[in-house]
Amino acid sequence: MSMMQRVMDTPLVRRSNALRSFLTAAWLGWQIESNWADPFLFAVYSIARPVGSILILVMMYTVITNGATQEPIFAYIYLGNALYILVGQVISGVSWVIIDDREHYRTLRQLHTTPMNGYFYLMGRGVARMLVGLVSLVITIGFGVIAFRLPITLAGINWPLFIASTVLGIISLATIGLIIGSITLMLARHFWSVGDAISGALYLFSGAIFPLDILPAVLRPVGFIFPVTYWLELARRALLGPSHPTFPTLAAYSNEHLLLILAVISAVLVGFSGYIYNRALHLAKERGVFDMETSH
Amino acid sequence: MQPDYAIETKDLGRIYKIRGPKHKGDAKELIALNGATLQVERGELFGLLGPNGAGKTTLIKILSTLLLPTSGSAFVEGMDVTRDVQEIRRRITVVSGGETSGYGLLTIEENLWMFARFYGLDSATARRRIDDLLNVVGILDRKRTKISDLSTGLRQKMNFVRGFISDPSMVFLDEPTLGLDVTAAREVRNFVKEWLRNNTSRTILLTTHYMAEADELCDRLAIVDRGRVLACDTPENLKRRLQREAVFNLKVGRLGHKPDKSAMIESISGVQQVTVSEQNDHTELNLILAEESVLGSVLSHLTQRGSNLISLEKREPTLEDVFIQLVGRRLDEDTSHTTGGDNG
Repeated sequence: MSMMQRVMDTPLVRRSNALRSFLTAAWLGWQIESNWADPFLFAVYSIARPVGSILILVMMYTVITNGATQEPIFAYIYLGNALYILVGQVISGVSWVIIDDREHYRTLRQLHTTPMNGYFYLMGRGVARMLVGLVSLVITIGFGVIAFRLPITLAGINWPLFIASTVLGIISLATIGLIIGSITLMLARHFWSVGDAISGALYLFSGAIFPLDILPAVLRPVGFIFPVTYWLELARRALLGPSHPTFPTLAAYSNEHLLLILAVISAVLVGFSGYIYNRALHLAKERGVFDMETSH
Repeated sequence: MQPDYAIETKDLGRIYKIRGPKHKGDAKELIALNGATLQVERGELFGLLGPNGAGKTTLIKILSTLLLPTSGSAFVEGMDVTRDVQEIRRRITVVSGGETSGYGLLTIEENLWMFARFYGLDSATARRRIDDLLNVVGILDRKRTKISDLSTGLRQKMNFVRGFISDPSMVFLDEPTLGLDVTAAREVRNFVKEWLRNNTSRTILLTTHYMAEADELCDRLAIVDRGRVLACDTPENLKRRLQREAVFNLKVGRLGHKPDKSAMIESISGVQQVTVSEQNDHTELNLILAEESVLGSVLSHLTQRGSNLISLEKREPTLEDVFIQLVGRRLDEDTSHTTGGDNG
């Protein structure tokens, strides 16, 4: 706790309720996520699970293409899936907090009588899951480089583009998680999986394994307003270079254009999630369901 | 300018809409608070006394900004509970009795430190207060124990410390001694009294259904039932209301299972209130009579019913008697199923 204390006792953090709430919640989230009594379970959760799930896709690809893992399209699909690990971790990491605090730890009432900033508290609680997701992401990409010779080298990565797009991507994902979490303020416990369900459903619209152009025209707009579409494209360009011709959807856009679009969507989501959070909080208190426990 | 009252409510109402299990059209309305009007002075230890379902916890939830009222208004230190949420939360804490909540993997110290951070305390101040308060409640040596390893009583003490760590100007104590053993409950009561003595401008709102606790601690108290404030005064003044009446405890031979037995006794002229409780081998009657001479009529009525007198005791009125007279039943007769609301 001492290093965290030093950070939290800096004048900036002491003055800012939002920053203090975020960092304290991040500390709490890390205590919860890192509390693995058995390191073997942690390894299964953060390493074997993502690697295992991506291997299923690799097997399918290998069967269909007769083992053409050296084709550029393979690296493109592999990375799309590896990066998508973060989507589920961040969205459900934030959205799950409300139900976790309300139903499992039953601390929601205690927390919400303190003057903490609830919005930044939720964001902070999601940080630990994001870090676990990042570990899984790095391991999965590393596994791909070693096992399937993905054409990625540390020197060849466009780091500024990768970092900028990933930061924006994570912010937008966290705000989606926050919107879902806000809605669960008024819902019962059995909606716990809504974060996972939504991140799973949006997989289809992100361009992770196939281009949006394949989707029926009526469904394509979903992909174009989903920030992950742009983040995946930018992160793949940063790691692999220019987009693959099989994924032409966003090929006409420059990196700067895509970054701008992602930044605008993220900014809109930040504002919208703030509005939804406050509105949901108000409605939950108006209906008297704010601290309901529904573990039936 | 200082607000007039630490707490002020005006015609405060709260109705819950309870949906039926299957059909949306089955919504029922539950009146948890019904026109509650209260004023609590700064520096007071103010009690809310009432049975389960009376509306006590609902009132605390509204005052602590966790619930919006359906009607009326409520102010904490002059601030509106519906608008000035953050300002109010900086000044208040809430401790509920019987809480089993908490992040089990944190130690007592870590949990309290985390809450101190949410109240804006720096680490050094937080640590000093944690040690001081844990010492007061006698669990300083357990500060590195994980919450999951704590007994209910120790967890309750930890939550109690949480309520005072931010040095609040107002503390809501919702049944704070619920589930505590006699010694721990006494320690908590002593701490509350000591804290107010040392902080004369601070206010405590206490809900309890322990009459003795309310009598011992509260400067003033309100008796609430079914969402209504029935009376509000000092414990002494409330008891004084009954001083012209005669209060008796009678033990008689069993009256048996006659549903109208209290009504029959109540029909005797001069009997103001009666509660009947069946014990293993006898029946206990708690009587409030307009005057002592009425006792003869009661005894002859009981004799006619074939019940012999085992013992008779005249006593000073208690808060329980006041409660019975106001509400028409004992405090431990749970009516939450008829009045609704949550646990209070």
